[in-house]
Amino acid sequence: MSIDLKTIKHISKLSRISVDEKKAEKLAGDLNSIFEFIEKLNELKTDNVGPLTSVAETTLKLRPDEVKSKNIREQIIKNSPQDNEDYFVVPKVIE
Amino acid sequence: MSDITKQSLTELVENIKNKNLSSTDVTKAFIDRSEKSKELNAYVTEDFTSALDKAKKFDQKPNLDLKLPGIPMAVKDLFCTKDVKTTAGSKILNNFVPTYESTVTENIWKEGAILLGKLNCDEFAMGSSNETSFFGNVQNPIDKDLVPGGSSGGSASAVAGQLTPITIGTDTGGSIRQPASFTGTVGLKPTYGSCSRYGIVAFASSLDQAGPMAQNVKDCALLQEVISTYDPKDSTSIDFKRNQYSKELTNNIKGKKIGIPKEYRVDGMPKEIEDLWQKGIQYIKDCGAQTIDISLPHTSYALPTYYIVAPAEASSNLARYDGVKYGFRAEGENLIDMYEKTRSEGFGAEVQRRIMIGTYVLSSGYYDAYYLKAQKVRKLIKNDFDEAYKNVDAILTPSTPSSAFKIGEKTNDPVSMYLNDIFTVPVNLAGLPGISIPAGHDSKGYPLGLQIIGKAFDEQNILNIAFAMEEKINFKNKITDWWIK
Amino acid sequence: MSKKNSEYLINRKDNQYEVVIGLEVHAQVLSESKLFSTSATKFGAEPNTQVSLVDAAFPGMLPVINEFCVKQAIKTGIGLNAKINKRSVFDRKNYFYADLPQGYQISQFKDPIVGEGKVILDMPDGQKEVGIERLHLEQDAGKSIHDLDPQNTFVDLNRSGVALMEIVSKPDLRSPDEVSAYIKKLRSIMRYLGTCDGNMQEGSLRADVNVSVRAKGSKEFGTRCEIKNVNSIKFMQMAIEYEANRQVDLIEEGKSIDQETRLFDTKKNETRSMRSKEDAHDYRYFPDPDLLPLEVSDEFVNELKNNIPELPDDKKKRFIDEFKLSPYEATILVSDIDTAKYFEEVVAKMGKNKDMKLAVNWITGELFAVLNNKNLEISQSPVSAKNLAILVNLIKNGTISGKIAKTVFELMLDGDKDPQKIVEEKGLKQQSDPKAIEALIDKIINDNREKAIEYKQGKEKLFGFFVGQAMKASGGKANPQLINEILKKKLQ
Repeated sequence: MSIDLKTIKHISKLSRISVDEKKAEKLAGDLNSIFEFIEKLNELKTDNVGPLTSVAETTLKLRPDEVKSKNIREQIIKNSPQDNEDYFVVPKVIE
Repeated sequence: MSDITKQSLTELVENIKNKNLSSTDVTKAFIDRSEKSKELNAYVTEDFTSALDKAKKFDQKPNLDLKLPGIPMAVKDLFCTKDVKTTAGSKILNNFVPTYESTVTENIWKEGAILLGKLNCDEFAMGSSNETSFFGNVQNPIDKDLVPGGSSGGSASAVAGQLTPITIGTDTGGSIRQPASFTGTVGLKPTYGSCSRYGIVAFASSLDQAGPMAQNVKDCALLQEVISTYDPKDSTSIDFKRNQYSKELTNNIKGKKIGIPKEYRVDGMPKEIEDLWQKGIQYIKDCGAQTIDISLPHTSYALPTYYIVAPAEASSNLARYDGVKYGFRAEGENLIDMYEKTRSEGFGAEVQRRIMIGTYVLSSGYYDAYYLKAQKVRKLIKNDFDEAYKNVDAILTPSTPSSAFKIGEKTNDPVSMYLNDIFTVPVNLAGLPGISIPAGHDSKGYPLGLQIIGKAFDEQNILNIAFAMEEKINFKNKITDWWIK
Repeated sequence: MSKKNSEYLINRKDNQYEVVIGLEVHAQVLSESKLFSTSATKFGAEPNTQVSLVDAAFPGMLPVINEFCVKQAIKTGIGLNAKINKRSVFDRKNYFYADLPQGYQISQFKDPIVGEGKVILDMPDGQKEVGIERLHLEQDAGKSIHDLDPQNTFVDLNRSGVALMEIVSKPDLRSPDEVSAYIKKLRSIMRYLGTCDGNMQEGSLRADVNVSVRAKGSKEFGTRCEIKNVNSIKFMQMAIEYEANRQVDLIEEGKSIDQETRLFDTKKNETRSMRSKEDAHDYRYFPDPDLLPLEVSDEFVNELKNNIPELPDDKKKRFIDEFKLSPYEATILVSDIDTAKYFEEVVAKMGKNKDMKLAVNWITGELFAVLNNKNLEISQSPVSAKNLAILVNLIKNGTISGKIAKTVFELMLDGDKDPQKIVEEKGLKQQSDPKAIEALIDKIINDNREKAIEYKQGKEKLFGFFVGQAMKASGGKANPQLINEILKKKLQ
């Protein structure tokens, strides 16, 4: 299989990472060589194998419904590139 | 005392407890040596002034019952530290100052240790040579222009170069064990769920685990004892009975059965590595343990599996770096334009590459062929270990397929870089504990490591085996201080 | 458009079209804290004051699930007669948006906590069953505010991480009226269970509406459009009506319908395509590696099952059986939990010798009118159930007439006064002494002799005149029944 420039542009769009032609070509090359080695997995038959999502052999622990986090707006907003003390501010969203 | 920085953690703790040394003495010594070691580029952020203040404060009212009384320590810059910049080696977090502390570092400070600073690492821990860091590559104290390994390259360099008596790293596919092997130090990746992931910048959530890096096994055991706690803030943290690893440490491993997996004898592996492994087998026998040939049939599928699972999780984990809440933002005409520029300028090439791989394997039409397939193979890999552990107590392998390489040697060939993790990755996929100990040198005099893999939650056992072998190996790291003018 | 036998069809020249509707309802779980973090969920707080480090997706922050939210989802599942899945999985739905701090929403994709179920609707022409496809738990996003600044969008993360239940119906609905009944029924069930307050103004209940049309009698489904995030029943109905007609027009013009996401513009009363959602349609769902599968035991589910309160359908049946209400009356009284509670309290306070019919009439008549006028919920009723019960009893035992009761009721509105006291203080007690009434009537007949003769000669409608006069003379207090009886006797 081969990953073409169109695919690279599509996944860069999904990833929200801009790529120009040159970068797209480089990425296509890199990804193709990586996937070539990933394709090795196709040697294995896995029809009857269940997927392993976590190695932690336990189930989800549940926490009580208690409010512990107080108003920490100052902390939350402190590191933001743009804010107006109440809100995070981002460039206009066009619906 | 000029030889403070040459002392092991255990010695320093003893000397402080016996009041032979003050925390200030020790802290000053490591700061001085760190100041003289800028060329290693091990630190991203130094917190020396504050460290000295804390040391003085400790000395005024020393609590000597603590496990790490007044011990200065630098940590990998992947751990969030309250009020101290945390970058994950990335431009995108270049200016990020957490208002919170990771559970692992919190545990360390609670036992009396003092933060020296934050150590360089591959960007978001994605790399095997510390060359993907936004803050430049790190020099290996073993030799100039040699990579220290990665992603915990700054940590390995700092321990080997005696800039910190001990440190912590994180290990997603070998990021503690491989740099430990490259720098002649000891590195433990604990069982998944042993150390809390709360407050650690995430790379691949189902694989990431924090662990200690040290000059010897005993120090490593002591730090593991401090950092491993059950944490309700991490849903994957596991509540099991944790040992007092350093107190329970023993070199008596008589009768233990150690598996030698034939699949780790990979094509093109240098003879030096094979010889080292054979030496390791001999040491095991010398300790009164027995070795058994075993098979882990899916070993060669581990790396391809890893390069699907880890990027998939990373592509999602790194979506939060979008220039809205914190970190770097590039200006854009509208929201989407801002996102694309921020992430394109804020992430380095390797991180972008992995986000792309991860996005691709999860995208519609490819999920079953790649991501689901990888999860199934991951199950097979874990089954291999489960099967093997019916007959053996632990497994011995080389840590890496080669010794440390030169800076720049593999940067243009991602696949050959990835192959570095061939022996370490299966351990993460199966969630098992693994420790790398220095076991010899190659022809160039570069250190080589052996890896002992344990059953889940059986850290004590592999620490004991490592401890027993360490005594037989009697490894001496060849540090010439070449970087100190 | 025509409505034949309550069937909702869209007519064009020779063709009739049926509308097929499925709903994805997003119901905010009633809980103190968020689904995966410990910050508060209160409505209307100052921006970004109910945001934890987890909600704002700071590096290294991890989700820990709220047990109560899990219970709420299971309870709702039980209320929807649905299968409870003892093992469910949380997945990440990946997309970028300013008010989605993690860059993904934690939701349930393949393995939801609740499976198939059903809801019964009471429609004017009978009952209708609507299938439930599934119910899953997920996080809400924050809020983007576009109109506070010309160049920028403001982001408030207070809602970020609040637990939602997404309830997906089967495409079983066929008209805007059914949609209205369905939403009201869901809301009613959840309010009975205390799992969602159902407040649509505050956004606690909103829906994505899937609409398609097909020729009447056809078995195939048409291409559907999804109208996103509609937050009132009226808008849902308007949106469906507009969208169904739009689709029919396209078919009639021989054009095809694009499967797409649309937005209902409440100002223009039309739906339009949301292009911004189109290019980011690949959500790359995968199991959240920060969370493990959620497993609940039989005991856990049974404990919840055993504590489920009486739900509207059961209550309705009981009201009919026990109180001999008509199905219509029972439906009205059970539709809202607070109304049902009020009614049951009135019943309890009326004691042994009660007039159920009278009580129902007073609640659905006078009381509802007052609440409606004053725009109040029944829980805020100015007249308590206890005092309404006393009033009904006063009528029932003949202490006051129905007409006087209305006067008394007016007076009760001011401070929930005891009707007994009002009757005593104002001397409104009904005149029930036959002798006194007889005397009063004798006087009236005497004063109006000519009319009495006319009546006796056959002008029967004059009877009302005499009743009126008698009432007037008694100041409205005479027992009307007695007046009738005595008048009839005297005028023979």
